Amino acid sequence: MSEQDHIVSYGKLTLIWLALLALTALTVGITRLELGGWKVLGALTIACAKAGLVIAVFMHMKYEGRLLRWLLFLALATLAIFIGFTFFDVLYR
Amino acid sequence: MSHAVHKDYAGAKLGMWLFLFTELLLFGGLFLLYAVYLKRYPQEFAAGGKQLNWVMGTANTVILLTSSLCAAMAVSAVQRDERRRAVWLILGTILCAAGFMVIKYFEWSAKIGHGIYPGSEQLKAGAPGGSVFFSLYYMTTGIHGLHVLIGGALLGWVATRVKSGAVNAGDYVLLENGALYWHLVDLIWIFIFPLYYLVL
Repeated sequence: MSEQDHIVSYGKLTLIWLALLALTALTVGITRLELGGWKVLGALTIACAKAGLVIAVFMHMKYEGRLLRWLLFLALATLAIFIGFTFFDVLYR
Repeated sequence: MSHAVHKDYAGAKLGMWLFLFTELLLFGGLFLLYAVYLKRYPQEFAAGGKQLNWVMGTANTVILLTSSLCAAMAVSAVQRDERRRAVWLILGTILCAAGFMVIKYFEWSAKIGHGIYPGSEQLKAGAPGGSVFFSLYYMTTGIHGLHVLIGGALLGWVATRVKSGAVNAGDYVLLENGALYWHLVDLIWIFIFPLYYLVL
């Protein structure tokens, strides 16, 4: 493979793993409290942060070129549109 | 080998990512069903969610995050030409996959033992929301579990290729794509875990 391929160090991967474990502990912690609707928002925000770390570092998206990044954006935008539009229908029917 | 083998690494990785996007949409559909039915049956979903064991869910989350760490480290190891270490790291990922499935087995068999499974008399007798919740639970965690099994088998095969030297520091796109598939399995669980085990 090409020379400029990025090698992520073991130390950095371990740090990301520790951050993911900390976020898991945080999400378990806040959902044990009685926060009502905030619980869902908080848990999903943390899940998105965890997903971002996995995609950026474990899946090397941070080091990929423009093509893959735009395709990822396109896929997530499609997902957001189909979830969002379904909710327009479900909530305001 | 006398003839040159055509290799297109960028194309191989692009193909893998396109496949992963279709997987995202597949699970996106299941999460959408969850959200719509949660809106329709909030009480039944809350009652169903409280029957799931969040300690087992948390254990499986830690196991999958660790498995992903091993898979990512295996890619770095092959890039550095540390193939022995890479094989051990892949075996670590597969060990975590097995641990995940064992915990899943205990969870599912406990539920089925209590008469909670799609089409069971208990769910048919209860409110429709409860049966919708558990059908979605079995469907989502079932398809995810299938992905764990496929990913584990795929990485097992990749490990033999790393050991034989077919996958090496100059040609490792097979391991990279195998690891990408494995990270997707982890990614989906990152959302299944709070939605089914925590927020209800």
